[in-house]
Amino acid sequence: MKDRLTRRSLLGKLGALAAGLAALPALKTAKAAVQKVLVSSNAPKGYDPTQHKWVMAIDINQCIGCGSCVEACKKENKVPQGPYFRTWVERYVIEKPKPGSGEARGKTHVDSPDGGMRGYPATPVPKEDILHSFFVPKLCNLCEHSPCVQVCPVGATFDAPDGAVLIDPKYCIGCGFCIQACPYGCRFLNPVTHVAEKCSLCYHRITRGLQPACVEVCPTQSRIFSDLKNPVPNDPIQAFYAKHRVTALKPHLGTDPRVLYAGADREVQ
Amino acid sequence: MSGEITNIVVEVMPHFEGYVYPNEATHQPLWSVLIVLYPYITGLVAGAFIMASLVRVFNVKALEPVYRLSLLTAFAFLLCAPLPLLFHLGQPFRSYQVMITPHLTSPMAIFGFVYAWYLMAVLLLELWFDYRRDLVEWSKTTGGFKGLLYRIFTVGVTDTSEASVKLDHKIGHILSIVGIPSAFLLHGYVGFIFGSVKANPWWGNVLMPIIFIMSAMVSGIALCVLNYMILTWIRRRTVDMRCLDVMGMFLFYALVVDAAIEGLDWIHRVYSAEEGFQVMQYMAREKLFYTLNVGQALLGTLVPLLMLGGLQLFRHRVSDLARRRMYFMSALLIVIGVLAMRWNVVIGGQLFSKSLRGVMSYKMEFAGMEGWFMAAIIFVLPFVILTVLVKLFLSEKLPTTAAPSQPAESPA
Repeated sequence: MKDRLTRRSLLGKLGALAAGLAALPALKTAKAAVQKVLVSSNAPKGYDPTQHKWVMAIDINQCIGCGSCVEACKKENKVPQGPYFRTWVERYVIEKPKPGSGEARGKTHVDSPDGGMRGYPATPVPKEDILHSFFVPKLCNLCEHSPCVQVCPVGATFDAPDGAVLIDPKYCIGCGFCIQACPYGCRFLNPVTHVAEKCSLCYHRITRGLQPACVEVCPTQSRIFSDLKNPVPNDPIQAFYAKHRVTALKPHLGTDPRVLYAGADREVQ
Repeated sequence: MSGEITNIVVEVMPHFEGYVYPNEATHQPLWSVLIVLYPYITGLVAGAFIMASLVRVFNVKALEPVYRLSLLTAFAFLLCAPLPLLFHLGQPFRSYQVMITPHLTSPMAIFGFVYAWYLMAVLLLELWFDYRRDLVEWSKTTGGFKGLLYRIFTVGVTDTSEASVKLDHKIGHILSIVGIPSAFLLHGYVGFIFGSVKANPWWGNVLMPIIFIMSAMVSGIALCVLNYMILTWIRRRTVDMRCLDVMGMFLFYALVVDAAIEGLDWIHRVYSAEEGFQVMQYMAREKLFYTLNVGQALLGTLVPLLMLGGLQLFRHRVSDLARRRMYFMSALLIVIGVLAMRWNVVIGGQLFSKSLRGVMSYKMEFAGMEGWFMAAIIFVLPFVILTVLVKLFLSEKLPTTAAPSQPAESPA
């Protein structure tokens, strides 16, 4: 008798039922996450965030500090004038050590006037005293364990299944807790809308098959953007990971940033 | 061209030193003076309630003259506690979202619930059970609008039999016992809002909730000392010296524990000298010199500690008048010192860049939502409410029934 109800088969069936019941909430959560993305962002209908995993990487060696990305971002996302940036570029100037000082390296100067959008003033030290000088583009670090998402009192900022960390501007109460919690200074309170704002990877663009504005305008490909779930032939991000040893910013905070940097100095925070 | 840009940058933002992230280069910190008031007022609530609990739960008979005054103080300040938060929000009309769709991993999301619990389930109920018998009596003897108010406050319950009064006391006692952890929760949670921010080395600290609870107790007891002395002075009564001495004793012990924990925090910070320590040193030496070293440590802690400690040792050698003055001065200094402490935590934590490479400055504005005029209004408001409450519920003209907790006046 094949179909006889034995203890073993009963246990098996009960187990399957329990597993099914246990999976149900997870399925529901997954569905709710997709819903949330569609409701609170300007992604087009039919976009499925579970089918993508967006990521950006930065090659510091390539960045020339032209600031085009900052300007493009401001225009594309209508970021207000003033100290409000979804992305910015920092300039690092590390001096040579004073002769006989016994130090390995000299003083470090960092600046990012107007986010680097309009260029930089002359270096603070003469050229011959500079040991290293480089530019570091900054943006939302797409943390795996985002402190900003954790602290939002209403859940207006959330991790989208496709890897973006988004804010629902119609829902945010403007308390500023996420801005305090972001270790990278990537968030600001928009003075016009009075809600928190940050890099969304140009969500309205990437969900329509375009690249983020900053990536689009970068003349040296120092910003690499890709979809980890849908690799294309000769995917630049795979080449980037293969070519470089990378680092994340402030790794000791346990935020596990997904934006990885190649060529970062220890001074880069 | 580049020279021009530098000049512009220097002109627009003269109040930064070193490098701050571009998003941090705003003209004032994101959480400004209103968020300084928020933990301050909440702390006064928690402390005043603990003061009242000393009578109710720990049966400190000497403090009975201030029992009801402490409860009313806690109540008046609790009513105003959410105001600074509300006014500070970018979208205040969405604030109800915190209650209906709370995000449970957020330390801030629970505030609405802790607040509602404390207000509705603890303080209001305790006040009502404590006053119920008096309200019934007063509603019979008082006419006019006041009488009507008392009648409304009885909620139609007019049973003053011995059994019902006994039940009132029993429930009041239980509410007080529930109230102590609730007060700790209310304020410890406020500490956790700051303590949980790991991005900020000035805030992210495991001791933060405990520091907040202890300083809350200190400031709340000090406020009750002030309120009691001012009320008796306005009413031309004599201060009950026994009560004042006992308040001073509790204030001293709370201050000892508070100072010890805050000292421990600083010792740990200095000894471990972790990331950001240099910035912190700079803050303590330059940016927060007056509020931290002078306001919080010297005037707000050390001087009252010496005065109150001295009184513990030599109480009998000091005249009543001198003691009253010393208690008043200590309480005043403590109340100001704890305000300075809130300032140092909230503003101090935002005066340096999270890049740990630069510092900002903060010059308070007069007008506007975040100006000091608004802050002053919010801080005066609980005192106005307290005055009305005292007129209604601590009136000298109304007889009070003998209860385990006596009314605030103690005519000498």
